[in-house]
Amino acid sequence: MPSWTLLGQALISGVLIGGLYGLLGLGLTLSWGLLHLINIAYFGLAFLGAYLTFELGTKHGVPPWYAAALIVPAFFVLGAALHWMLARLRVTGLVSLLVTFSLIVIIETAIHWTWTADFQRFEHHYLKESLRLGRFFIPTLELMAFGIAAVLSVVVWAWLRYSYFGKAVRAAAQDPAIAAAFGIDHKRNALLLSGVCAAAAAIAGVFIALTTTLAPAQMFAWFGVVFAVVIIGGLGNPLGALVAGVLIGMAESIAMAVIAPAWAPVVAFSLLILLLIWQPRWL
Amino acid sequence: MKRSRHAGIAIVAVAAVALLFLPAARIPAFYESFLYLIFYWIALATSWNILSGYAHYLSFGHGAFFGAGVYTTATLTTKYDIAFLWTVPAAAAVAALLAAGIGAVVFRLDRLRGELFALLTLAVAFVLATIVLNTPIDGGPGVYLSSVPLPKFGVGPTATIYLMGLVLAVIAVGAAYFIARSRLGLGLFAIHDDEDVAEAKGVPTFRYKMIAFAVSAAIAGAVGAVHAVYVGYVTVGGTFDINVAVYVVLMSVLGGMRHWLGPAVGATVIAASLYAFTSGDQVIIGRAIVALGLILVIVLLPDGVVPTALARWRRWLRLPPAKAAAVAAAPPRMAPGEAVVGADAAAPVLACADVQKSFGGIHALRGVSLALHPGEILGLVGPNGSGKTTLINVITGQYRRDSGSIALAGREIGGLAAHRIAALGVARTYQIPRPFAHLTALDNVVLAGSFGRLRGDPDTMRGEAQYWLEFAGLGGHAHRLPGELNLHQRKFLELARALAARPRILMLDEVLAGLTPNEIETAIALVRRIRDTGAAIVFVEHNMRAVLQLSDRLVVLNYGQVIAAGKPRDVVREPDVIAAYLGSANA
Repeated sequence: MPSWTLLGQALISGVLIGGLYGLLGLGLTLSWGLLHLINIAYFGLAFLGAYLTFELGTKHGVPPWYAAALIVPAFFVLGAALHWMLARLRVTGLVSLLVTFSLIVIIETAIHWTWTADFQRFEHHYLKESLRLGRFFIPTLELMAFGIAAVLSVVVWAWLRYSYFGKAVRAAAQDPAIAAAFGIDHKRNALLLSGVCAAAAAIAGVFIALTTTLAPAQMFAWFGVVFAVVIIGGLGNPLGALVAGVLIGMAESIAMAVIAPAWAPVVAFSLLILLLIWQPRWL
Repeated sequence: MKRSRHAGIAIVAVAAVALLFLPAARIPAFYESFLYLIFYWIALATSWNILSGYAHYLSFGHGAFFGAGVYTTATLTTKYDIAFLWTVPAAAAVAALLAAGIGAVVFRLDRLRGELFALLTLAVAFVLATIVLNTPIDGGPGVYLSSVPLPKFGVGPTATIYLMGLVLAVIAVGAAYFIARSRLGLGLFAIHDDEDVAEAKGVPTFRYKMIAFAVSAAIAGAVGAVHAVYVGYVTVGGTFDINVAVYVVLMSVLGGMRHWLGPAVGATVIAASLYAFTSGDQVIIGRAIVALGLILVIVLLPDGVVPTALARWRRWLRLPPAKAAAVAAAPPRMAPGEAVVGADAAAPVLACADVQKSFGGIHALRGVSLALHPGEILGLVGPNGSGKTTLINVITGQYRRDSGSIALAGREIGGLAAHRIAALGVARTYQIPRPFAHLTALDNVVLAGSFGRLRGDPDTMRGEAQYWLEFAGLGGHAHRLPGELNLHQRKFLELARALAARPRILMLDEVLAGLTPNEIETAIALVRRIRDTGAAIVFVEHNMRAVLQLSDRLVVLNYGQVIAAGKPRDVVREPDVIAAYLGSANA
């Protein structure tokens, strides 16, 4: 049994990584729940963003925050364009999963081609910075990632819940024909929402570049966890994704501390299976 | 006609027998390897299609079952010295068990079944890879199988592997063919279109999905066993590659997911062209091209090559469309409602006692009791939201009652699954018709007949199905798809489907709504003819004139309770009934 300090430290890193899970799940949960597109291409976009941050930082000496200022708006446009294409091709439901699955494979191949399949690490001085809280260390970058994820999730949640835009999107998700009859321009709203999803993926990508070791195949490794986050958090619910992300992050870090680090991917999946068997009402 | 229906499988069988003797011609080993890889993809893609194509439960985890087979063989041959041939069925069994485990979790869900299934299978491949990597099954360095002795079927080791690949491809295509033509296949096609209706028509949806998934995974597991000795050295990275999942999907989509031969054709085309990309970087580019190809095929050729080509071929030869030869109507095997076992005319065929059902805080049914006698038409009326359709859904098992008893000819059916209730002789129609969109009108009726009270083989049901189509006045539309029929024809198709199930009781949910006065007259005459065949009918309707014309007795529901029951003319005079319909001021 590991010490309490180790467990406490594990819990802290679990909560912090959970923010990133929530951020990565944002695109999938919103497009699935509100646009009826099972768009897993956001994983590909997040990793593309991560590699771009890495490339700009290591080859061209661009600080990550400037890189983010470039990448996030660019991905907003990219996300909207992607949605425009999917809407144009009239793909929905399972077919959209097939198409975006193909896209993710193409993105992975492009990354593989450009940056090779090797593991790479973005070395920078932020990596070593951390705050000290009694016996525990809180890495600054992870804390920042969590903070941004939390703020973004709450803002998107409030935006969807209280603004006219959010009500229009939710109405159109329930019945597009009736919503259209009440003058809702769902096409335009969907473009905006997809842009926001891709921008969130880009932000997640910047932090993935800063805090993890990159390899193209890693995007599939994240997939299992984020899928569990999206389902447990409830489709179309950004706040749910954040909470589920934190819960899974904590469960994973405890498993890593108590059993072995390599078993972490099994944790999220086992939680998901248990929930699907239990089938609580909120699922 | 008979000959052309089996021509496809006959050609495949002849080709397979010819290929069996190819090693005897001592062709260079290179060709044997090349052909083995094509057989490998044919077996993988065709097995994937049995569940994912027929029932449209897209699996992105076919690599997991393949990988389970690879590592079963790797472990059994190297650690336990079991002869290779014995490990093939073991690999198939391990893969099938894994599939059964996943299916048992996800196939029971009420909603998002297809989506959750797809994503869960995608995740399961990575979880399985993690487990294999972190346990002694592999542990990281990979497993060498080059010293595993192979049985000698042919003139050399490549010939042996070639022959095993051929046998697996033939098993996969044969399984796909026979399933497509069986009740199982018809049930899977119905699940593809509307799973809830399939269940209500008597298809054991859970069991069928489990069988299809297990067969699909077992073949993939066996392919994994053979492929393990083909590659000779297995690693986690190479085995649980995303390639298998991507390629089998593309091959099936390209070839055509609704045709048994589609995935095999797609696999041959793609596997042969992939041979151009064999080394290092080219493999990566090849994968990107395949992914791009998948998007293009989905957009440009959604039906797939095989069905599209067959349709063109028929047009070119000026043949009628597939299966469109006229079917001679055959008399039904037994009239509906006939020979109700152990029931005398006085005993009700259906008896509901104190049935309750609530959804959250809404009490849709608050203790409904009613009885239906053999040969009777029972009118069931009430304002919108009074619980009429809920009552039908509870009796047919689509919803489970909270309490109370529902007895069919004295037997409690309240706790049974919907398909069991349908098979016992309870049929219904839907207020808004819900035909299976990709099945012809005839096949819609064939399905209902095959899974109804007198279950039967789809092939032998065709004549009888035609009889019921003609009974409902749709004899000339047998080979149309439901989308080509108008509302009134789709409503009558609902009736033909319900009748073909040979029900003891038939529940008609607002069959007259939306019909013109002339069509209503035809429908009323039809309901009388149905009663004359012996089925007891629950007739839910808002059209009071039709209700009064047809009903022997009338039951009025309001707020989930029976407020009146008896002779129609008496019931409509009761103050409570008038109040419920017109408001209390008129009472």
